[in-house]
Amino acid sequence: MNTMSAARASRAAAAPLPPMRAAALFGALAVLFLVLLGRSLDLQWLENDFLQDQGKARFSRELEIPAHRGRILDRFGEALAVSTPVKSLWTFPAKFEATAEQLSALARLLETTPRALQARLAADDDFAYLARQIPPEVADRAMALRIKGLNEQNEYRRFYPGGEVMAHVVGFTGDKDAGQEGIELAQQSWLGGIPGSRRVIIDRRGDAVEDIAAIRAPQAGRDLALSIDSRLQYLAFRELRNAVEQHHAHAGGLCILDVKTGEILALANWPTYNPNRRDKVERERMRNRALTDTFEPGSTMKPFTIATALEAGIVKPGTIIHTEAGTLTIGPNTIHDAHKAGPLTVEQVIQKSSNVGAAKIALQLPPQTLWNTFSEAGFGSPPRSGFPGEVSGRLRPAKTWKPIEQATMSYGHGLSVNLVQLARAYTIFADDGSLKPITLFKNDGNVVGRPVIKPETALEVRHMLELATGPGGTAPKAQIPGYRVAGKTGTARKLEGKQYVAKYVASFVGMAPASNPRLIVAVMIDQPSGAYYGGDVAGPVFSSVTGAALRMLGVPTDAPFDNVVPVGPEGAVEEET
Amino acid sequence: MTRINLLLLGVLVLCALSLVTSRHQARRLFVDLERERTLAHRYETEYGQLQLEQSTWGMPARIEKIARDNLRMQLPPSSRVAVVDTGPADAR
Repeated sequence: MNTMSAARASRAAAAPLPPMRAAALFGALAVLFLVLLGRSLDLQWLENDFLQDQGKARFSRELEIPAHRGRILDRFGEALAVSTPVKSLWTFPAKFEATAEQLSALARLLETTPRALQARLAADDDFAYLARQIPPEVADRAMALRIKGLNEQNEYRRFYPGGEVMAHVVGFTGDKDAGQEGIELAQQSWLGGIPGSRRVIIDRRGDAVEDIAAIRAPQAGRDLALSIDSRLQYLAFRELRNAVEQHHAHAGGLCILDVKTGEILALANWPTYNPNRRDKVERERMRNRALTDTFEPGSTMKPFTIATALEAGIVKPGTIIHTEAGTLTIGPNTIHDAHKAGPLTVEQVIQKSSNVGAAKIALQLPPQTLWNTFSEAGFGSPPRSGFPGEVSGRLRPAKTWKPIEQATMSYGHGLSVNLVQLARAYTIFADDGSLKPITLFKNDGNVVGRPVIKPETALEVRHMLELATGPGGTAPKAQIPGYRVAGKTGTARKLEGKQYVAKYVASFVGMAPASNPRLIVAVMIDQPSGAYYGGDVAGPVFSSVTGAALRMLGVPTDAPFDNVVPVGPEGAVEEET
Repeated sequence: MTRINLLLLGVLVLCALSLVTSRHQARRLFVDLERERTLAHRYETEYGQLQLEQSTWGMPARIEKIARDNLRMQLPPSSRVAVVDTGPADAR
């Protein structure tokens, strides 16, 4: 049977094909072949890129190499700002499906109620965060609930252990870990890390098995050491806060400067805020007033006037200045002293803070000479501490000064300064008469300043400043047991619009130990109520902060320990401006 | 001639096999390296967190609060402070 059919088939095959059928068959095959060719052209040429990418996506992957933002440290390496990874949980509410148990388990993990979660999901939005910036462990446990539609996202969060004490100096970061205020903003390029990426081959489980190429090397953020000393900063902050609260003042600032290195060891402001929880903080509280606000300094300017006169050879420390009446009339204006003192030596003009005395001395000087000293002491130009947004204060050109203005400027009215600028200016009296550059960053070794006055003049003025804190001076409350102190009070009326009003800025700038100053401390209390003299309001703050700071730093004492003269019943010499 | 060819074939096969094993080994080592890297990153993160913790616990503000509230410590008023003079600074 088989052999028969095979024979029949071979006979049929041997019969010649009709030519039409052969051509049709050939044509059909040719068309199919062309289709094949076209398809292969399509794949090889037209869709090549797409297909290559698809192929790569199946065995290789681009991984991000994270780069931390650098830490901010104090001078001893104590962390002031640290970034740590956190996670956020998010979902598309439309795609979110959770059973009642899952939802309550999630709520327990996130320390909220199922109802609150429901409310977030029900909000009229395509996208909802269920939890923001939570610890990674919590997020992992939430993801382990295997809720459909729940996603996680890696983020960094910056923490500020120093809280409100350090807030103004350190500043804070905003979205995407980028600096927004303070040092965080100023040093963004130093601190900020640039994440890298690399391409790897992955296996079935999704683990990397081989590097193909490092596409971009990560650039880690660098750590930054500030000049701030955490202990002194806290001390300054605590005393400032107490003083502001005690005197029901509007605001306050305090700056501790290391005379030898020009470093800012502490910079405290009140009011303040907590940078870790700043959702509801007014901008007002975030300002670093000590650097971004100016005030009229008042009597703290007098030493610069006297130093200029001493340099010019117009007066000597013992020269008598007649301030008998306690008033001085220039044109239509009259300058007053807070109380009449009779004839005073130049030393006593500083000691008792006589406006008339300072004005009489200033009027003997050419305006330009006075301007030069003020300008070289750094008034009218920003202090360049490395902080963003610091202001320069106002010092008008000498050509525009009228005599009355020259007189008022000699005791610190008609010009404005910020607190750090004022502290820096006092470096000319603290060492050898040169103005030291200051910095907010850790500095190794001493700095050399720009000479402003002669070392002898600096010493003479320092002696006068020491008298001001002694008996008969304006600031006996600024004395410190065991250390000699030199400093000057300021009590300036505030300018509102164009009028001086009965509101005051009480200040004190001083240095200790006076025999070889190590620290300059400037204190400013804005609008105290009740007592308002610089010696009564700012002096005690200076005393407690500087005393404790010198002891912490282990600075050798330069006076017997019973050196503090108690303030008598008649009190300190009062001053205004 | 045939012998040399056979020998070379044998060498070729050996080389091919050793390539496969070394490749496999390289991947395994790479996976290990990856794991260590992940671990290193985790430790780095943890170090940051610990540092943060240390800073937070060690802030002077917190220490003072505990000293005042829990331990009932207080700063002595200046009238009750006696400073002992140990002589000039150079002698120390």
